[in-house]
Amino acid sequence: MIVSRQVLDGIRGALESAYPHEGCGFLLGERDGDVHVRDHLFAANDREAAAAATRYLITPEDFRAATREADARQLEIVGVYHSHPDVPPRPSAFDRDHAWPWYQYLIVSVVQGRVDDMRAWELKDDRSGFDEREVRVTGNGSARRHAP
Amino acid sequence: MTVRVHIPTPLRPFADGKATVTLSGDTVGDVLRGLLSEHTKLQRHLVQEDGSLRSFVNVFVNDKDIRSLEREATPVKEGDEVSIVPSIAGGATAVETDTTLPKLSHPELLRYSRHLILPEVGPTGQRKLKAARVLLIGAGGLGSPASLYLAAAGVGTIGMVDFDAVDETNLQRQIVHGTSTVGTPKLRSAEARLKDLNPHVEFVPFETRLTSENALEILRDFDVIVDGTDNFPTRYLVNDACVMLGKPYVYGSIFRFEGQVSIFGAEGAPCYRCLFREPPPPGLVPSCAEGGVLGVLPGIIGSLQALEAIKLILGKGETLIGRLVLFDALTLKFRELQLRKDPECSVCGPNPTVTELIDYEAFCGIGGPAEPTGPEVDVRTASREMRDNPDFLLIDVREPLEWEIVHIDGATLIPLGELPERLNEVPDHRDIVVHCHHGARSATACDILRAAGFVRVRNLAGGINAWAEEVEQGMARY
Repeated sequence: MIVSRQVLDGIRGALESAYPHEGCGFLLGERDGDVHVRDHLFAANDREAAAAATRYLITPEDFRAATREADARQLEIVGVYHSHPDVPPRPSAFDRDHAWPWYQYLIVSVVQGRVDDMRAWELKDDRSGFDEREVRVTGNGSARRHAP
Repeated sequence: MTVRVHIPTPLRPFADGKATVTLSGDTVGDVLRGLLSEHTKLQRHLVQEDGSLRSFVNVFVNDKDIRSLEREATPVKEGDEVSIVPSIAGGATAVETDTTLPKLSHPELLRYSRHLILPEVGPTGQRKLKAARVLLIGAGGLGSPASLYLAAAGVGTIGMVDFDAVDETNLQRQIVHGTSTVGTPKLRSAEARLKDLNPHVEFVPFETRLTSENALEILRDFDVIVDGTDNFPTRYLVNDACVMLGKPYVYGSIFRFEGQVSIFGAEGAPCYRCLFREPPPPGLVPSCAEGGVLGVLPGIIGSLQALEAIKLILGKGETLIGRLVLFDALTLKFRELQLRKDPECSVCGPNPTVTELIDYEAFCGIGGPAEPTGPEVDVRTASREMRDNPDFLLIDVREPLEWEIVHIDGATLIPLGELPERLNEVPDHRDIVVHCHHGARSATACDILRAAGFVRVRNLAGGINAWAEEVEQGMARY
């Protein structure tokens, strides 16, 4: 997935401010072979405080609102980002059970309040697990790659 | 009725790339069945094994969620727009859902047969137990019975935190250990016993002290935390960590003939601090070593803790969330208190002031590892002085019952509680050494004597326990 440093900085700030709870949001862009992330939309974690350190939920109503917002920006929802507070950015069994195919899942590990690492994942068609996807960061004249 | 079904982008590859599909039916259920039979590859992503919609799949008719209508029985009219709308959910820990519960092998089906035939358990419940990860803090009086029953029940992963070694005095109540393991680390002793009881259990040892530095990391990987701690700093630490991680904390405590059990930290429920906002002053509540405990009592409370953990895992029955059970062993009476969340709780309230793990020893008024506050003397020196120094006076501040069990010849008994009133009995021109069982109460007694003006006062390091180990080996220990 190809994403600009600016968009990543926005995602980073949003997830650091959600810490120690899990933060979440939508990746907006287009997909034509490659996934281009053009923008992001921070979403409210609908889980109650006691669970929000290890769980996030975006309601269908919020999803529909995000779809309308993406349409207005002439973009599409291409994936979801969420944070793992103090835990590596690998999808858990819970992530796998609740994941949708096709979406890019960007998991960002936030350790002690600071973004530490991020990895992108796409659910396999048979739902048995995830394939890791490369994250290519553009901007500032250089393209830095987070390869799987 | 002909309706248009809107397929969300992630599912279009499984519906031949279509964004909308036109179908007919009288109810939402009819329409969905039609959709799945036309595009079978959608099944895995939309429905569970029993045909019901997966929990994060929402269906809207026009602008209404079918959950607010009649679910799959919702009727549809000509021209209605039916939309499949995702919820997006996930999280850092693995709590297995029905479709990914581990399977049971043939030996397991045989072993748990008495569970499988209970409607409240059944194969699904047993699989939930197998998928569950329970952490026990402490492999002592409460951890022993709790771990035994959790292992017997088939909990798949049992973690234990303890850094102690098995002592003979443990065996009056810590039934997971044995005479053959005295002197060995408690975790190794517990693992051997639990594996013998149930080899299917995965045992995860944490041979360490639980601290603010490691608590979040250790607790994070488990679903339920069972408290077998014997000290207040650790209780507050475990509670706070459980609230911060969103994990249920099965609390148990024992003292002499009384026990308490409850569940703290579950969603919407009170936490330990809602009930006990501040710890008792240090020294007020003696440990089992100082206060004593009826051995079978932790067996009862620990078993109740295992029971509650199992009910949480199965999702059955009424648990002790919001309820504190008080047990009196002497009268065999149970009492129950309704607990409520403290709206101003510093940890689980809406405006928490404690958002990080703190220094719990300081919170409980304990200055870290015991620093002697005054002069001490070791038992060998004291025994020599007792023999050679005519001015030497040994004062024993334990209780009369302890004196009856064993005492040092030539000592004078003045129980700690009576000392302030009996200071006139203590001659002030002597070399006074004060002792108790381990050296804690006697340190307090020395402070009292010094405050009253006595000058030559020293604490016997290690108490009569150390004396029995190093000076008079034939002495009874307790």
